[in-house]
Amino acid sequence: MTLPASLDEAVAALAAMPATVPVAGGTDLMASVNAGLLRPAALVGLGRINEIRGWQYQDGHALLGAGLTHARMGRPDFAALIPALAAAARAAGPPQIRNAGTLGGNIATAAPTGDALPVLAALEAVLVIHGPGGSRREIPVSYLLAGREMLRPGELIGFVRVPLLHAPQVFLKATGRTGPGRAVASVGLVLDPARRGVRCAIGAVAPMPLRPLEAEQWVASLIDWDGERTLAPEALEAFGEYVAAACVPDQGEPVAPGVLHLRRTVAVLARRALGRALTS
Amino acid sequence: MSGHDAATATTTVSVSAGASASAAPEAGEQEVPRGIGASVPAADTRAKSEGTFPYAADLWAEGLLWAAVLRSPHAHARILSIDTSAAAAMPGVRAVVTHADVPGATTHGRRVADRPVFAHDVVRHHGEPIAAVAADHPDTARLAAAAIAVEYELLDAVTDPEQSFGAAPLHPDGNLIRHIPLRYGDPEATGEVVVEGLYRIGRQDPAPIGAEAGLAVPRPDGGVEIYTASTDPHLDRDLAAACFGLEPDRVRVVVTGVPGATADREDAAFQLPLGLLALRTGYPVKLAATREESFLGHTHRHPTLLRYRHHADAEGRLVKVEAQILMDAGAYADSSSESLAAAVAFACGPYVVPHAFVEGWAVRTNNPPSGHVRGEGAMQVCAAYEGQMDKLAAALGIDGAELRLRNVLATGDLLPTGQTVTCPAPVAELLRAVRDFELPSLPKDTPEDEWLLPGGPEGAGEPGAVRRGVGYGVGMVHMLGAEGTDEVSTATVKVVDGSATVICAAVDTGQGFATLARQIVQETLGVEEVVTAPVDTDQPPAGPAAHGRHTWVSGGAVERAAKMVRTQLLQPMAHKLGMSTELLQIQDGRITSYDGAFSTTVAEAMAGKELWATAQCRPHPTEPLDGDGQGDAFVGLAFCAIRAVVDVDIELGSVRVVELAVAQDVGRILNPRQLEARIEAGVTQGVGAALTENLRSVSGLVRHPDLTGYALPTSLDAPVVRIVKLVEERDVVAPFGAKAASAIPVVTTPAAVASAVRAATGRPVNRLPIRPSAAVAAPNS
Repeated sequence: MTLPASLDEAVAALAAMPATVPVAGGTDLMASVNAGLLRPAALVGLGRINEIRGWQYQDGHALLGAGLTHARMGRPDFAALIPALAAAARAAGPPQIRNAGTLGGNIATAAPTGDALPVLAALEAVLVIHGPGGSRREIPVSYLLAGREMLRPGELIGFVRVPLLHAPQVFLKATGRTGPGRAVASVGLVLDPARRGVRCAIGAVAPMPLRPLEAEQWVASLIDWDGERTLAPEALEAFGEYVAAACVPDQGEPVAPGVLHLRRTVAVLARRALGRALTS
Repeated sequence: MSGHDAATATTTVSVSAGASASAAPEAGEQEVPRGIGASVPAADTRAKSEGTFPYAADLWAEGLLWAAVLRSPHAHARILSIDTSAAAAMPGVRAVVTHADVPGATTHGRRVADRPVFAHDVVRHHGEPIAAVAADHPDTARLAAAAIAVEYELLDAVTDPEQSFGAAPLHPDGNLIRHIPLRYGDPEATGEVVVEGLYRIGRQDPAPIGAEAGLAVPRPDGGVEIYTASTDPHLDRDLAAACFGLEPDRVRVVVTGVPGATADREDAAFQLPLGLLALRTGYPVKLAATREESFLGHTHRHPTLLRYRHHADAEGRLVKVEAQILMDAGAYADSSSESLAAAVAFACGPYVVPHAFVEGWAVRTNNPPSGHVRGEGAMQVCAAYEGQMDKLAAALGIDGAELRLRNVLATGDLLPTGQTVTCPAPVAELLRAVRDFELPSLPKDTPEDEWLLPGGPEGAGEPGAVRRGVGYGVGMVHMLGAEGTDEVSTATVKVVDGSATVICAAVDTGQGFATLARQIVQETLGVEEVVTAPVDTDQPPAGPAAHGRHTWVSGGAVERAAKMVRTQLLQPMAHKLGMSTELLQIQDGRITSYDGAFSTTVAEAMAGKELWATAQCRPHPTEPLDGDGQGDAFVGLAFCAIRAVVDVDIELGSVRVVELAVAQDVGRILNPRQLEARIEAGVTQGVGAALTENLRSVSGLVRHPDLTGYALPTSLDAPVVRIVKLVEERDVVAPFGAKAASAIPVVTTPAAVASAVRAATGRPVNRLPIRPSAAVAAPNS
């Protein structure tokens, strides 16, 4: 176990020994180790790298450190910047998990139920990847989640660049319980008044967050961006149905009851998310 | 004392955490509560909350080896060969044992010895033990267990209990474990209103937070000592001795650090590999189950399918109940026979039913094994008969509570088993108490930032889609073993120089027996200092910790022993004074004669003396149910009524239990604080069974055996529990008149929650746990 103090040191440590595994909060990794599913030859702890534990501003964007914990992202100052990500962070589990689990870990684990992922997908976040020898490259988060791009050996997610939209954003998830739980379905929805866009991603229903692009464009065209920004209840309802039909496809007739319920859940979440974004 | 009064004034409704915190600063100055009826704190509370309590997983012995168990990855398969050579050859591996290494009986079981120690010809459920390894490191042991090569021929798994009847026998004993046909009254009787229902109850797991763990230490005499958190040490010892081929006195089970139990803990299936490896290697061997092993290894609540037809007259009085109850026992019998007896006997609930025809079956399948879990049998039928009462109320247009009140059982009525209810049965009083209790305020009447909507804080809940529902559940449960089980317990009380020790093999599983034993001795002998000795099988048997039996029989034995010590203490004084011991009383640490002429302190009277007494308590006998399901099978009954208030997001189907108002028949309150804790714990376990707890299996394979996949209630899921009324009508045959308190809230809560969800959504809600898709409703319904 090495504990580097900077990203460059961490990348060097990873490159020095190919079987080394990086660990941040460890909320997923250590569970695998404890269950005997993973026996890393060595670990590189990312907890002492201060440069990735906060965020900075960069021409209309926020550059979020991958080591930001869910607890930190849940606080009001962060919520004022990126409300949907803060809401996802607050919903991401019990306090013990939120204190340890990090933004970068959520992306690297890429669990279908990762709460930050639909928000990052809706924000069209870009990952800043640090590699050996000071190399940098940027890839959209959805490319990594879809497997179009992979982290190469020795690479680490250093930062996540998200646009500051200065408009309402919503994250909602359905868990089937009152206490913290895994999402059955979740939605991240952001308004982008500058580009006159609504962007939305559905989490937990597929291996990666799904973007219902047609539904987004359709509903964005209905909104009076210079005026009240309100929609009739029927339009909200139709948006929900549109999103659900796009994200929970038919798997032949008759539709299984489970699929029907999931589709209904997605429709309700999307409708509520848009409704809240437009009224707040 | 004024501080104390101020503290109690704030706690008139129930003892809340806030109130106890405010009372705490004065605790040092206050008298420590003692005796029966006082809130004596449990002795291990501090150690448990500070993390210093030694649980079984913390056990250590010099030079110990670590065990790992190889478990079946299949639900049903024939074992063609087992090759342990690769495992045995691994460095650090000290022993590998399979069925061939079991020196004594190769099968065991609580009632019927039908479960192999290690599977050898077939595996009958996912997770069945096949072999065990002892090695000098836990990882080595696990790797070696994984290196055992087992060749399987897959067999069709019988996972639908309805298919079990016609399937090829899964076991030499056949697929039908027990069938009880109950016939009571006239089969031709019919009512003016008939309602039918089909109910499915899921597989609740006891999910102990402390997973199974234990240590076996070989003895120089060829025997073995097993240190573990057993809940029935003597039975475990007997089973272990039989399988090890040893006399029972060569095996000693020592109960250590029980991390709470609502079911059988660390049963023989867990202890046998441990003991075998210790005997084989000659070294201490430790086994600490992973969470996954824990879920796979221990028994669960019986998944049950229930089909009901209720007949009633136009006023809603029950005429006839017809029911079919099918319990999925899993691969082995375990306690299924008792669970089925409870299910059949209580199939009609705490209601007067003139005619009842119930058929119950417990059948073998390749699903995860079922066994004793608090409220077994009674909980499954309660969800069904209360569902039927709701249906009847809807069909007749009568309020649910009113319909129930027209049918409730009382002392002197007959159960459908023909047994007369002789104990107090204040069912009507309980139901009225919860019905008349003030309803909690609606979210709209409280500040918006205090709302807790279904889905939780930060959840997706939307006030416009939330519907509130109020429902009722009335339940009953039996106490002590049924159908002729010999429920004897033995206890010894020893007093040396004014400090007392209770020696009794009754395991405190968190139900509070150790505290109760101290209270009894304090009350009877007036001594302050009472300790309960650690439990092991060198002590006389006290039986399993189940069905509230330790409060009854072990508490009774402690009281008798304490009274015998009292007589020994007072006899010489009484003789000197020329009066009988009955004319001397012990109170507030003083011994006083009836006329007040003689008075001394207990401490003085006991100085230099050593007094011992041992006594037994055995309740009046019961009889097995006969071929028509008739017989006086139960020693005592306890009742409970619960009113549930739920909020349902009818678009997402998420349910939040807002409040549960509980009225319970407790006989007598022995320790108010502990009683409240038991009720709150039981209710919470019931909320889990109602909403989230279901150990899923697909084709007999357990899915998600972890605490993320198996959702236990968290503090946000647990509702506000209002203990509205505790009816204290003493049960004259019970030693203190007290009734079992823990199981009955578990039995009744799921029925009450389901009833409330029905009221909120208009949906039938005939399946537990209630899935969100079953609680979705159209906005106008």
